[in-house]
Amino acid sequence: MRASNLVFGTIALLGAAAFTGPALAQQGLDEPFQKPFRDALVGKTVAYVPVAMNFDLTEGWYAVLKKELEPYGVKFEIRDPNWNTNAGAQAVTSLISEKPAVMVIHNPDVQTYAKLLQRAENEGIFVIQINMGSAYRSSAFVGANWIEIGERDTEAVVKACQGKSNKIAVIQGALSAAASAYTLKGVENVLAKHPEIKVVSSQAADWDASKAKAITQTVLKQNPDLCGIVGFWDGMDIGTAAAIKEAGLTGKVFLATSGGGERKGACELVKNGSFDLNLSYDVPTQGAQMAGTIKWLLSSGAKPGSVKGSEYTTLIPITKDNADSQTACWNLADVKK
Amino acid sequence: MKRIRLGQQEIVFAVFTLLFLTFSIFLRGFLTPENMLTLLQNVAVLGILGLAMAIVVIGRGIDLSLIAALAVPPGVVLQMVQNGHSLPGSLATACLLSIALGLVNGWLIAYAEVPSLFATLATGLLVAGLGQAALFQLDVVQWSDGMSGFERLGQGSILGIPTSIVMFAIACVVVVVLLRQTRWGAYIYAVGDNPNAARVTGIPTRPIIVLQYVLAALIGYFAGLVLAASVSSMPTRIFNSTLIYDVILVVVLGGIGLSGGRGGVVNVIIGTLLIGTMLNGMTIMDVPFAGQNLIKGLVLLLAVITDTFLNPRNEETAQQGDI
Repeated sequence: MRASNLVFGTIALLGAAAFTGPALAQQGLDEPFQKPFRDALVGKTVAYVPVAMNFDLTEGWYAVLKKELEPYGVKFEIRDPNWNTNAGAQAVTSLISEKPAVMVIHNPDVQTYAKLLQRAENEGIFVIQINMGSAYRSSAFVGANWIEIGERDTEAVVKACQGKSNKIAVIQGALSAAASAYTLKGVENVLAKHPEIKVVSSQAADWDASKAKAITQTVLKQNPDLCGIVGFWDGMDIGTAAAIKEAGLTGKVFLATSGGGERKGACELVKNGSFDLNLSYDVPTQGAQMAGTIKWLLSSGAKPGSVKGSEYTTLIPITKDNADSQTACWNLADVKK
Repeated sequence: MKRIRLGQQEIVFAVFTLLFLTFSIFLRGFLTPENMLTLLQNVAVLGILGLAMAIVVIGRGIDLSLIAALAVPPGVVLQMVQNGHSLPGSLATACLLSIALGLVNGWLIAYAEVPSLFATLATGLLVAGLGQAALFQLDVVQWSDGMSGFERLGQGSILGIPTSIVMFAIACVVVVVLLRQTRWGAYIYAVGDNPNAARVTGIPTRPIIVLQYVLAALIGYFAGLVLAASVSSMPTRIFNSTLIYDVILVVVLGGIGLSGGRGGVVNVIIGTLLIGTMLNGMTIMDVPFAGQNLIKGLVLLLAVITDTFLNPRNEETAQQGDI
């Protein structure tokens, strides 16, 4: 009897719990942090100053930031200096007086904006620097580690050269660009460990595909036994690849480069054999990290300049193995939707 | 006694010969057939642009919109094919765009009488801006599958000679025939030498000026197609580069005076060869970028100063409109 009573009682209790449970849930439970978060974002202005629009990196960042921030009532503004450093400095200066909550800055070089960015943070504006940092360390840096890119590209080329001529060439970007100088440092770091490698040419092609092609053609004619080339940007190294292809050396000269990982500029070109390795700093991920940082900074109540940190991008090495996959590259058209 | 007069053309040719001999003797791997072809291949597009600029400069004008003509219409072709249009249709559309650019330039200069320097500066900016704002999705317009086969215009070789050199040669022949064998060519020289006298003798000066700019835009379009085919993409940002100075340099260094009516295709070839030799030699020597600019500047100064010493300008030799 006792046992059956116990069972009965338990069932009754469970039944009661089943009735009262939904009633409690209908009252709801306030999550105490989401309203302050929304209040911290709504009506705030985020200003974006890339070096120029109209190329895969800056268009990708723009699309992701817009998509992430505008639903929260953030006003997202853009100033496009179109490769003009002076126009960029003017845009940053005028933004400081307009006092947006956050400035997202893509530096053309290390020095030009440095003082301005410091002033902006002193005036209470968070500064997030992307891909190309300045001499001033601001609240956040989101971007590729150029030294790492130089090192990994060079290591791949050195590896491909094993048992071959050990002659390599380096196609640099523009001399004034920090990204190019940092990458070159990475190249030097690796070469210091490999004295057997001989650099037969190290020239700047000014991020220009036709200049890269001209240099590569001449170098290949002088050194037909070249075993590898370290290129500094996939947009420029289309020219490098075209020169290798014309010389009939595709597959014999290992070409390592880097870029934003847009499908047409990266995966397609790895697939057709133009590039052997393309280190991608996956632009949509960078965009999402920036958006996350902006949300965190605005909702944290921190004072601009009081916290400083870096988010270096985890690189995706694109090779023949993963160039076909859906996730290795991204489509600008899809990101813009 | 007849005094031998050395014009700028001869001086530049001498500088080129000197440079060429020095490189041939001291630079291993310079004087090989392969390297000679590479040298030419690297400056073929510059040479084609030089031809376009030469036509305009001979007609006493200047075309600063040439780089826009190089970048935008071929970019339109690549973009349209990428968007799924047919290749012939895209080529025709871009060709019409080039002709329109030439017509607008010509009309502004010949009929509205705007100085060519300002007119083409403005139209060039306009066309480049139009491309950036409305026509292209990205600065670098990529090659797409619909273009396959067309890359042969700038890659590979015909009878062992790289295609871009063949294209430069074809462009040279066409322009030589046009300038030296046709009435239009003679009119261009006449208009460039003395526009007022040309008009008095009954030459239709204004239509001839329009013709010059249409030709320049079309040759620029052709150069752009060769460039795009050779690097399998169209980097439209090339408009922001200093390429236009190199083009003017090729023309002026070759000996086509900016005062008009002088020079021809040979001058463009000489100017192109000099630039090509310098670039190739310095690449083989692995001279850093800054050093290259220094050397380029020095050689140019040398050529110009020698010219001024040997052919001093005075009131008789200086022409009106000389820059």
